[in-house]
Amino acid sequence: MAMDTTITLRGAALAPDASGALVWPAERTLVVADLHLEKGSAFAARGRMLPPYDTRATLDRLAGLVERLKPARVICLGDSFHDRRAASRMDPADVERLKALTVRAEDWVWVTGNHDPEPPEGFGGRIVDELALGPLTFRHEAVPGAVGELSGHLHPAAAVLVPGRRVRERCFAFDGAKLILPAFGAFTGGLNVLNPAISGLLAKPFEVHLLARGKVHRFPAGRLSPDSG
Amino acid sequence: MPDLPSPLIPANVAGWFRSRGWAPHPHQIAMVEAAEAGDSALLIAPTGGGKTLAGFLPSLIELAERPREGLHTLYISPLKALAVDIQRNLEEPVAEMRLPIRTETRTGDTPESKRRRQRAHPPQILMTTPESLALLLSYADSAAIFRHLRCVIVDELHALAGTKRGDLLALGLARLARLAPAARRVGLSATVAEPDQLLAWLSRTGRADNGDVRLVTGRAGASAEVEILTTRERLPWAGHMAMHALGEVYQRIRGHRTTLVFVNTRAQAELVFQELWRINDDNLPIALHHGSLAAEQRRKVEAAMAAGKLRAVVATSSLDLGIDWAAVDLVVQVGAPKGASRLVQRIGRANHRLDEPSRALLVPANRFEVLECRAAVDAVASMSLDGERPRPGGLDVLAQHMLGMACADPFRPDDLYDEVVCAAPYANLARDEFDDVLDFVATGGYALGNYERFHRLVMREDGRMAVAGPAVARQYRMNVGTITQEAMLRVRLNRGPVLGEVEEYFIQDLTPGDTFMFAGQLLKFLGVREMEAQVAKGGTGEPKVPAYAGGRLPLTSALADRVRAMLADPAQWPGLPEDVQEWLRLQRWRSVLPARDGLLVESFPKAGKRFLVVYAFEGRNAHQTLGMLLTRRMERMGCGPLGFVATDYVLAVWSLRTPRDMDALFDQDMLGDDLEAWMDESSMLRRTFRNVALITGVIDRRHPGQEKSGRQVTFSSDLIYDVLRKHDPGHVLLRATRADAAGGLTDIRRLSDFLARVKGRITHKDLDRISPLAVPVILEIGRERVDGSATDELLEQAAADLVAEAMPELGSEGDSQGRLAL
Repeated sequence: MAMDTTITLRGAALAPDASGALVWPAERTLVVADLHLEKGSAFAARGRMLPPYDTRATLDRLAGLVERLKPARVICLGDSFHDRRAASRMDPADVERLKALTVRAEDWVWVTGNHDPEPPEGFGGRIVDELALGPLTFRHEAVPGAVGELSGHLHPAAAVLVPGRRVRERCFAFDGAKLILPAFGAFTGGLNVLNPAISGLLAKPFEVHLLARGKVHRFPAGRLSPDSG
Repeated sequence: MPDLPSPLIPANVAGWFRSRGWAPHPHQIAMVEAAEAGDSALLIAPTGGGKTLAGFLPSLIELAERPREGLHTLYISPLKALAVDIQRNLEEPVAEMRLPIRTETRTGDTPESKRRRQRAHPPQILMTTPESLALLLSYADSAAIFRHLRCVIVDELHALAGTKRGDLLALGLARLARLAPAARRVGLSATVAEPDQLLAWLSRTGRADNGDVRLVTGRAGASAEVEILTTRERLPWAGHMAMHALGEVYQRIRGHRTTLVFVNTRAQAELVFQELWRINDDNLPIALHHGSLAAEQRRKVEAAMAAGKLRAVVATSSLDLGIDWAAVDLVVQVGAPKGASRLVQRIGRANHRLDEPSRALLVPANRFEVLECRAAVDAVASMSLDGERPRPGGLDVLAQHMLGMACADPFRPDDLYDEVVCAAPYANLARDEFDDVLDFVATGGYALGNYERFHRLVMREDGRMAVAGPAVARQYRMNVGTITQEAMLRVRLNRGPVLGEVEEYFIQDLTPGDTFMFAGQLLKFLGVREMEAQVAKGGTGEPKVPAYAGGRLPLTSALADRVRAMLADPAQWPGLPEDVQEWLRLQRWRSVLPARDGLLVESFPKAGKRFLVVYAFEGRNAHQTLGMLLTRRMERMGCGPLGFVATDYVLAVWSLRTPRDMDALFDQDMLGDDLEAWMDESSMLRRTFRNVALITGVIDRRHPGQEKSGRQVTFSSDLIYDVLRKHDPGHVLLRATRADAAGGLTDIRRLSDFLARVKGRITHKDLDRISPLAVPVILEIGRERVDGSATDELLEQAAADLVAEAMPELGSEGDSQGRLAL
């Protein structure tokens, strides 16, 4: 029996996907947040030799979604590139991958983020600071009190206790007025939604849509377990 | 003992011995002789009997006769506390003989000012740890510091060799051999099965047959008196806590001066300590000692012990090494010892006067442990200890060492290779393996290869590799060492004192109000504040006990072999407790006894399920892996496996149907694709990868005071593992991870030997009901704690179902409680 995990925000029916992306079927729109492309190489430049495959892994997952859902519009909710020099470090094969991907949607939108206030040109798509679409607003960082807003930036994650263990995974956080998306990038950690940085933005009681074992599970905030950090 | 002073012992030293009423032991003189000849030496001797002094004596004599400045002798101990203690003990003879010698310690606790002074003006004798030595060797002035070094003493060598810390130290010694070619090496070791491995470890060539190391054996003391407790209570069928026997243990404590009570796990320590105090009608001073108690608290217990103020200490392996307490006259081992060498070393903690026998009492917790204790006593009596094949040195440790060496001084790869293969753990390191590790250290070594610009090491025009900048050296020094542990949280009592540390995951499973047993008391969990678990004394409800992940050591092969032999041969049964003999006789009648060389598999129905019991005797870790692989295969055979439980002796699998073809079930090819597939998903591999990533500096260690704040900035090693596994499966980090796992948590090496051994020798008994020998393992079902170490893998599977099953349920429950007002 599948749980209903549809989110209704100002009348728009939105479907959280187990991959961490959000689908708005009525508008044939796919939304992803915080790709952080080239995060691995940013660390490598500082002597931390993380594997360089995060861009490839992230783009492969995104390409899979585009192939499966064939959206007309793709919105990247900011921090798509880990830093200003990310494009210059990208492997040529990955550059081609990304270029080939952005032409597969009629409208590819790069929303700017704090990591990429000026996303690199030349990958296709258009660049905006925020985007209003019907009843909804798409921006990188949530604005306190905003209604009908979709944002990223905070990398929400949540933990629940099930008999015998604790499950901590990325999640969507939703309070009826605003929806915060999980980070989509391969090397992006998560911040517990009970941390005031996230819970402080949300009206109580809020709920999360947890991504675990290839499915989306809905929990009210009251069922969640805090991190010990 | 020779009455005439040896010509090698100068008058003031001989005078000092006389003033104490002593004469040098033959092994002490043999150590001086080895030094005179310029030879390295391995001294194998029981604790006590002047082993440490034997190590230092040649240096004291040399410095007495030819006083000089500069570092002469380096002493390396696995324990900080031991280094400090040895330094204190050595001050005494140095002062009394009026020797012109400064002795100092250098550990993680040494203040920065003193460290700097030590580098500029080193003492003649320096006591340190493997990690502090690695740091010293990473400085550009290391050549100057060690140029005049004449001797390196490695204490408790048996405990270091074969570990990653030992690998790091061996590489350090290889570097010292280049900086100070004249320096001798001295190894001090407890009795071991295979001295050859330690001789190789000490040799400048890394090989046992080089002949540059003399073997010196200390006089064996009176042989130990080891007794197995014959309990008046009925022997339990299962369990590990031996609660039934603690009344009898308490009576023994009353009858002795000072008793060391060794247990195998921290959880056991907490429970045994609680129970002993519950029955402590005489209010005997009994203390608790284990690795996660606060250092201060441990020091207090050690000091009280040294001062003779305690009647007993309940301890884990935290007291296997370290300070000698002359007052201990009884060692109690609660639960089976798991290995003969370990038992010998623990028994050796009692009674250091060589003319009196050490006294030890073994307390088996269940029937199989009776057999194991008996086997261990026999092994000790015949001095046949557990030999283990030496494992090759870790590639992660090598990577860390390479970076350290580049920090000290740019090197030519050829030179460093020649140096590294002189360290025994790396004696067989292939050049291309070395080059892969070097490539990883320099540029990450990833197949994609776009990191050329971000090297940590650069190749200079003169063909030497140098660090790319001072930041790289800083990063190395922050991350040096091979000791990794689970993320820990401090436990603080009501904003009062810190009691110690427990694993973060344990605390995360608690909700405020839960009680748990720690530091010998019942505590109520209040919550987590500022990276600390806040607790109060007392509370109600069934307490939880923190358990180490993988804290239990598996039964050694040698001991397992003896247990199998004993089971198979009724002539060896007399002397076993009557209820154990009866149990074995019943087994022979109802089923069959496991043969020494074959494999007995029993199947029977119980509670609507089919059980398969595998008498493998290969230790818990290997059984755990075997359980995972068997259930995968049974799934494919259509047998509907439902679960399994592993002990040190036996594996039990329950399923809907019994597999028909046992030869096919146990075919060696299970170590192929199934193993690969399982290892990729295994949480053990993830844990192992995390350690490798920490040791190689891919992720940073968390240092106290630098904990993450607000945004989660620490990198999850799981994310890296997943990406690497998919895109670069042959990467050196993954190779290092698999090599670690093969010998450690998954024990694949042992499992593979086992499958080869039993091929074609499987006896399958299909029974109509459970056999006597199967009772203990069936009782273990459901008894294993879910937060315990052993069921980790099973949990992994169960959790898949749990998440899928339990969550929708919780979700709907949540709906009724907290439906959102939208």
